[in-house]
Amino acid sequence: MRERPARGAQGAIGNMIEAESLQRSFGARRAVRGLSLSVRPGQILGLLGPNGAGKTTTLRMLAGVLAPDAGVARIGGHDVQRQALAARRVLGYLPEGAPLYAEMSVHALLMFVARVRGLRRAHLAQRYESVVQALELENLLAQTIGTLSKGQRRRVGLAQAILHDPPALILDEPTDGLDPNQQASVRELLRGLARERAIIVSTHLLEDVPQLCNRLALLVQGRLLADTTPAEFVARSRYRGAVSFTAPAAGPVRAALGLLPEVDTVEIDALSGRVTVLPKSGRELLPKVQTLLASYQVRPRELVLEAGRMDDVFRSMTETDVAEAMP
Amino acid sequence: MNGLRAVLGRELYAYWTTPVAWLFLIVFLLLAGVCTFFLGDFFPRGQADLTAFFDFVPWLLLVLVPAASMRLWAEERRGGTFELLLTLPLTPLAAMLGKFLAAWLFVALALMLTFPLWLTVNYLGHADNGAILAAYLGSMLLGGALLAVGTCLSAATRNQVVAFMLSLVVGLAYLLSGAPQVQDALAPLLPPGVVQALFEFSMLAHFQHIARGVLDLGDVLFFVVTIAVWLGAGALLLKHVEAD
Repeated sequence: MRERPARGAQGAIGNMIEAESLQRSFGARRAVRGLSLSVRPGQILGLLGPNGAGKTTTLRMLAGVLAPDAGVARIGGHDVQRQALAARRVLGYLPEGAPLYAEMSVHALLMFVARVRGLRRAHLAQRYESVVQALELENLLAQTIGTLSKGQRRRVGLAQAILHDPPALILDEPTDGLDPNQQASVRELLRGLARERAIIVSTHLLEDVPQLCNRLALLVQGRLLADTTPAEFVARSRYRGAVSFTAPAAGPVRAALGLLPEVDTVEIDALSGRVTVLPKSGRELLPKVQTLLASYQVRPRELVLEAGRMDDVFRSMTETDVAEAMP
Repeated sequence: MNGLRAVLGRELYAYWTTPVAWLFLIVFLLLAGVCTFFLGDFFPRGQADLTAFFDFVPWLLLVLVPAASMRLWAEERRGGTFELLLTLPLTPLAAMLGKFLAAWLFVALALMLTFPLWLTVNYLGHADNGAILAAYLGSMLLGGALLAVGTCLSAATRNQVVAFMLSLVVGLAYLLSGAPQVQDALAPLLPPGVVQALFEFSMLAHFQHIARGVLDLGDVLFFVVTIAVWLGAGALLLKHVEAD
């Protein structure tokens, strides 16, 4: 079947991945509500959200696996529903949970994907070697997929997604189940790939975002609540400009810190005893805290001026919005 | 074509790496032997032909083909690999054909492995090998048609048992619609044209015609068209099936 020509090698203004007013419901539950976003080559967009926010549904619609009730998804300028084959040729996709054929060996699976994608022999040999090396699969090639650990399966899933060197990648939780070393190497791999590619990753690991992504989208109850950079997102934290330290016998100074006009709250970690002094909005705190500590002759250890905390912004935005959405 | 060949290769790989294929072959060959030599009175008949075997082939295929086809799509949907397939540059028809051809080759192998029966009748007397060849061809076409039904219906559900039952019921209807007892029972209830149409759609009638050694183009076309229609319907179904 012939497919209509795409709007160009890429979509509007060089966008490689585009969502335009996507909507999708499952029965009475509205999973995604009018979501629009676009990702260009060079960008790694981290899709964040609490469980049930609509992340996987969004990725599935972008990959053409689920048809939206309304709206359009495009990969490389090709409508994923109407020009499905053209869109799939330029897309690498890692589904949630990295489902793979359990009875196949890793090598057989990669060869199957390469054949379906029509990779030519010379190109395949070069890509195969490079992908196997990058994902450290050398010792797993002959192993049956059903016998692999969760992390190993995830790496094989990633390998099949990038084997054809696609300009667009959609990865659902690519670092889930990996040990810290593997997480670091996968992040490094994806950062390297992103120089010329558009990548969307969904993750529930907040530490993935600053280390991996240069853009962040927050999805809550199917709505896009934020589309920004990780730095700007963190800057919304009430911990931005906070000063934290550990000090022995810091009891008397804690009360004095709470009386400073620039201070909003003083928090003490029950386990470590670490003190965190949060500023009132826009106030600079560090010099005042240092002066006060000196006047009380308290020598702080690990005194840190915080840039903000991602989990704090995540919690405040998701909890607030969930509460607001309640009837 | 790349996609079709790749799916065909993957399916054949899957058959040989799972015990289901071996179990299928063993059960088919055992039942073929039991039906031919015990139920079919092979020796008391005293004739050097394979009628005793081919009389039972439709009923063996009716049960065993759905067992082979039930996993084709239902397993993909249950295991989540359907989602992976949906993002590969593969048309639904290529995927459907790839799976069908792999299963059909497998059915062909099962039929070929009954060659000791052929050797036996040729050893015991002067067999009409042309008629036997035609009957094997008819068995292949019948197996293909039942397989096309099963492949299509497997795409309709993620539950293999449901896929098996659906294929069995539809296959049974296809076979029985030409059986004399069914025709006699339907004659007083339905207009003659409808009863005749049901007979024309009977896989059993077309198979028996070929199995008698009469290779009629109409019978062959019936099976070819049935296979094409069910695979086409399956490809259409796949377009509208979403990952679970």
